[in-house]
Amino acid sequence: MQLKKFVAGLAFAAGTSVISTVALAAETIKVGVLHSLSGTMAISETTLKDTVLMMVDEQNRKGGLLGKKLEAVVVDPASDWPLFAEKARELLTKEKVDVIFGCWTSVSRKSVLPVVEELNGLMFYPVQYEGEESSKNVFYTGASPNQQAIPAVDYLMSDLEVDRWVLAGTDYVYPRTTNKILEAYLESKGVAKEDIMINYTPFGHSDWQSIVSDIKKFGSAGKKTAVVSTINGDANVPFYKELANQGVSSEDIPVVAFSVGEEELSGIDTGPLVGHLAAWNYFQGIDSESNDYFVQQWKKFIGDEKRVTNDPMEATYIGFNMWAKAVEKAGTTDVDAVEQAMIGIEFPNLTGGTAKMNKNHHLSKPVFIGEIQDDGQFEVVWATDDVVAGDAWSDFLPGSKDLIADWTAPIKCGNYNTKSKACSGQAE
Amino acid sequence: MKQFLRSVSLVLTCLLVVLSTGSALAQSQAVPPAVEEVLQKLPEASLRETGELVQQLEQVGGAEMRPLFETMLAGDLYFHKTSGELMAVQKNIAGELIGRDVFTGAELGVQGRRDIKKIRVNNRLRGQLRDAIGRIDLLHGSEAEKRTAVLAILDDLSANNLSLLQSAADVGVSKSVGDLIELANAMVRLRDGSTTDDRLAAIALMDDRLEAPVRNQLRRLVDDENEQDAAVKAAAQEALENITERIEFYGQMEQLFFGLSLGSVLLLAAIGLAITFGVMGVINMAHGEMIMLGAYTTYVIQQLMPASIEYSLLVAVPAAFLVSGSVGVLIERGVIRHLQGRPLETLLATFGISLILQQAVRSIFSPLNMQVVTPEWMSGSLAINPVFSVTYNRLYILLFALAVFVTLLTILKKSSLGLNVRAVSQNRDMAKAMGVRTEMVDAMTFGLGSGIAGVAGVALSQLTNVGPNLGQSYIIDSFMVVVFGGVGNLLGTLVGGFSLGVANKFLEPATGAVLANIIVLVCLILFIQKRPKGLFPQRGRAAE
Amino acid sequence: MNAMSNLIEKMTRVLTELRQPGKGSSMLVGVLLATTLAMSAANLLLPADSAFYVSTYTITLMGKYLCFAMLAMAVDIIWGYCGILSLGHGAFFALGGYGMGMYLMRQIGDRGVYGNPDLPDFMVFLNWQELPWYWFGMDQFWFAVLMALAIPGLLAFVFGWLAFRSRVTGVYLSIMTQALTYALMLAFFRNEMGFGGNNGLTDFKDILGFDLQADATRVALLLVTTLLLVIAFITSRAIVQSRLGRVIVAVRDAEARARFLGYRTERYKVWLFVYSALIAAVAGMLYVPQVGIINPGEFSPLNSIEVVVWVAVGGRGTLYGAIVGALLVNYAKTRFTAIMPDGWLFALGALFVIVTVYLPQGLAGLLQRFGRSESVQAARREEDAGSDSGISTREVNA
Repeated sequence: MQLKKFVAGLAFAAGTSVISTVALAAETIKVGVLHSLSGTMAISETTLKDTVLMMVDEQNRKGGLLGKKLEAVVVDPASDWPLFAEKARELLTKEKVDVIFGCWTSVSRKSVLPVVEELNGLMFYPVQYEGEESSKNVFYTGASPNQQAIPAVDYLMSDLEVDRWVLAGTDYVYPRTTNKILEAYLESKGVAKEDIMINYTPFGHSDWQSIVSDIKKFGSAGKKTAVVSTINGDANVPFYKELANQGVSSEDIPVVAFSVGEEELSGIDTGPLVGHLAAWNYFQGIDSESNDYFVQQWKKFIGDEKRVTNDPMEATYIGFNMWAKAVEKAGTTDVDAVEQAMIGIEFPNLTGGTAKMNKNHHLSKPVFIGEIQDDGQFEVVWATDDVVAGDAWSDFLPGSKDLIADWTAPIKCGNYNTKSKACSGQAE
Repeated sequence: MKQFLRSVSLVLTCLLVVLSTGSALAQSQAVPPAVEEVLQKLPEASLRETGELVQQLEQVGGAEMRPLFETMLAGDLYFHKTSGELMAVQKNIAGELIGRDVFTGAELGVQGRRDIKKIRVNNRLRGQLRDAIGRIDLLHGSEAEKRTAVLAILDDLSANNLSLLQSAADVGVSKSVGDLIELANAMVRLRDGSTTDDRLAAIALMDDRLEAPVRNQLRRLVDDENEQDAAVKAAAQEALENITERIEFYGQMEQLFFGLSLGSVLLLAAIGLAITFGVMGVINMAHGEMIMLGAYTTYVIQQLMPASIEYSLLVAVPAAFLVSGSVGVLIERGVIRHLQGRPLETLLATFGISLILQQAVRSIFSPLNMQVVTPEWMSGSLAINPVFSVTYNRLYILLFALAVFVTLLTILKKSSLGLNVRAVSQNRDMAKAMGVRTEMVDAMTFGLGSGIAGVAGVALSQLTNVGPNLGQSYIIDSFMVVVFGGVGNLLGTLVGGFSLGVANKFLEPATGAVLANIIVLVCLILFIQKRPKGLFPQRGRAAE
Repeated sequence: MNAMSNLIEKMTRVLTELRQPGKGSSMLVGVLLATTLAMSAANLLLPADSAFYVSTYTITLMGKYLCFAMLAMAVDIIWGYCGILSLGHGAFFALGGYGMGMYLMRQIGDRGVYGNPDLPDFMVFLNWQELPWYWFGMDQFWFAVLMALAIPGLLAFVFGWLAFRSRVTGVYLSIMTQALTYALMLAFFRNEMGFGGNNGLTDFKDILGFDLQADATRVALLLVTTLLLVIAFITSRAIVQSRLGRVIVAVRDAEARARFLGYRTERYKVWLFVYSALIAAVAGMLYVPQVGIINPGEFSPLNSIEVVVWVAVGGRGTLYGAIVGALLVNYAKTRFTAIMPDGWLFALGALFVIVTVYLPQGLAGLLQRFGRSESVQAARREEDAGSDSGISTREVNA
């Protein structure tokens, strides 16, 4: 009998905390932060948590939103993918947050997706990703492949006259999809199959000797060779170290990376990497007034002069400000109203120009290609003339070339087939 | 090697500059007006225009332009925003920007960050600069520079370059550079030669060369459908096969080295565990974090002595041993001591400790990776021939791993501590009865094992990320190695580490990295079924 | 303070009663069933603003905990009763989960984003042309369940048969189980395997025709989980209390002796290992529809170690200890990750250290110590010490 009371007590304790948070909810607007603070992804995601906290501070100093203060609710999903879903549910049902900023890896987003859709939450996802998704409840402020990979390849082809390609990536969905897209794209540009080498390695791969040696051999065939790297996070340091040690310089075989930014470089001795490239929508080194202010504000907030900013931070910055604008425009934090208000919202980029939220919940942003400098920063060597609209569905994949996303009436669908004029996968 | 050469060449250029300025002082300015004219365009030029300007500079300025090109290549060329003056700018230790005259090296004083602007250089430009420097070096450079320059020309046998080679040969070169020039000429003869004999002779010269351009030319010739000369084609085919065979041989050598290198990393990671787990029987899940502490110690040491990075690793090795070792002693005294005789529970406690240590590092150093600099002497590679080179860091780590192993073995076999350790691990009660202070020995053993793990961390900091997850990525491999070799047997750990490393690397080309890893694991599982006590089972009473 | 000691006293009494066979297990069964039934009713029947309303979040959370509890119990059966420390039980759990995940994936049908009736989404965008052979039949629930049991069962049998026959024991066995789950994790990470790589299987729609997002389905899943946990608990209880169970304990305490007495110890171990793997697989099958995702991370050796920690915290060799340990640690994890996101690992790590150093018998041991009269306690302590050292020396040396 007693144990029953004990367990019931536990359940009750859980219940009361729900009640207490409900009572508070009316006074503030709650901003959920769903980034890993421990485990393997903490290295990247902690920064984004701090960015959101900084943005919340800033907004509160400006007087909050709709006359209410903002309140950040931080949880730690601990790089554990099912825990992401659980914490998202906790944020939405228990904490009753009005918006979530969160996720880094694709798998965490996929894990959270059913939950935000079920509970009709609102989430901002700030990281470059493989595309092939558009949810009513998610806004994607990072780059999709056509905003990163394809411009980078174009640059290598036209400016460096690269004819031979190594597509090296970590074995997960982002590199797989990006490389599929790039392969189709390169073939459409007349690159022969034997001039493309594709290589996948596991997460956190640390012994790159054989692969770098293979790349070297592949690159010694007398044609200009470049590596397009979708290698993820931790595996990059040993990869670049091995490149440098085996004498592969950026002039022989340049590496263009989509997952290496200022923050990743801060953990590497960049001397031997000078000249390798990265493609992003933002670089800390880009000279503009708002960027200067942002960088200074960040350094002050974090209390470290050496901390750097990076692209996902800018994506968070734009996402947050767009959300704030949309809430003011809609006059409420109600998800459906904000979702509609978001579409078409514009906000100035830190790098100049204006980002715009499109009907497919992806952003129009400029694309930059930068070369690594020995101080760990990038120097822009190429930029798009205008903003590029993010594609939710790639034109280069057979499965998705007929799909578009459009969240405005009358289509209101994340995967609308332009041929069959139907919204596939929609439960009636 | 390259790094080293580069620094040598820098010193040489400095000397040259000093010498030439000495003689040029009387001529007021070293820069001729034609060059000056081009230089003035540099600040305004776009990247593409800069490329053209560099070409012009090479034509009008010749060898004098080398320091300028070097400065540009290093990304140190700036111009003053108001005066438009060009200068080489570098940071001194205090972090101030010091400007120097590009050609004379004369100091121009401290520059304000906002006053100067960099002349932008991109990848393509860097390649162009390097080629230009190569061409200058061909006539004026050192032996090694000439070599590099000729090698670069092998890729581009234009008439211009060939005449350059000719003039270099006329100036007089060493035998090895002379050979390379001869090779270049042979390649031209094969390409442009008119008689079969002439071309066959050229192929004979190219027959045993491993340089990539030779290979590529032969392959193009073999694949060329317009090639009429069957004899030349057959000879080229044969030469190509010869070369491929040799390359394959060196490929095997390379794989062996890769395998040994991976093995040495595994050995380093596992060797501390071979003590704490193998000898003491503690299932030390915090072992990885001991490695991590060693790596962080390296980072801290480098922060403390930024001026002498070259020696930082030498300091870091004992420091890491002390840090990890004392944390190890603390863990033993604080926790493991209470778990005497309950080894499986040590797994749980040390797992908890590993979580705490990880989070502690995250709180103290931030969750970001820390930047550990690789000293010059560990950068680059030792080129044995054009297709086989050995990277210095891997080579040193291989030697270091062996040194650590030998040291440890000596401690265990020869010292009195070693004797005590062995006694306690074989029969604790009997050792105690004989007057061995078992508690003391336990603490020392655990400290030794942890300290060695810390030392391994110093080495690993040169290969991989220094971050909170560093330890986790090695813990499983370490256990595999120790169990494969046989618990309680150091020699087993050595053999185990190297054989797993080599097996992995020989499988990798055929299967890819992941599958190779999986196959090795499955084989390991099956092996343990065959020999349940590992490669070298421990004998004696303690082994039941 | 008074209330606190009162509570401890009560809990103590409860758990002491639990210690006695028969009565204890029926208690636990009753409590589990009653709690989940009450929670279910509160979720479905009460309005959302009622003070006693239990949110769907709590329901799914409870469901997840109970799956973990079942997994912990599976580990306890072989570790606590047979001395086989498996650091790879997550493998069986995940394999069961993948079986269920494949079924759920096939149920999506043409409601995936690409509208392909045959192929799951991840195969469409990676340009697969047809379903791999091992996916056939997985759209049938009975077949999927059969596979989700058969594959882990078979794996456990082969592994156990090989290992126990050649007398791989103790630490060697633990490391081998770890190697097993590690190898499987690497394999499932590979996209070529056709299990969705790192992303795993997700975005499930319904199970047996019921909408997975519906409250009623969630409640039903929770109840099914509870029921199966109870069944597994009773069965396991029966096994360990039977003659068979005594042999198993004998194998744990003195395998050589049991062998000399004529018992084919490896057979007992193999079958117990398979039984435990099957329970883990069932837990995995129930876990997937409730959390909505299965991915290779579940194979991670660290996850399996965590399970062992739950058992140790609860107290091994008691069955109910594993359940209580899993529930408590996971509840603590949920709370800590929300209350102190930056420092919760300190708390969790410290908890493990303290429990192992000061509570060798886990919470169950602690509560028994409170609940027992002095004389009994002393006798028990002697007995515990005896059996404890018995286990461990064998584990070191074996």
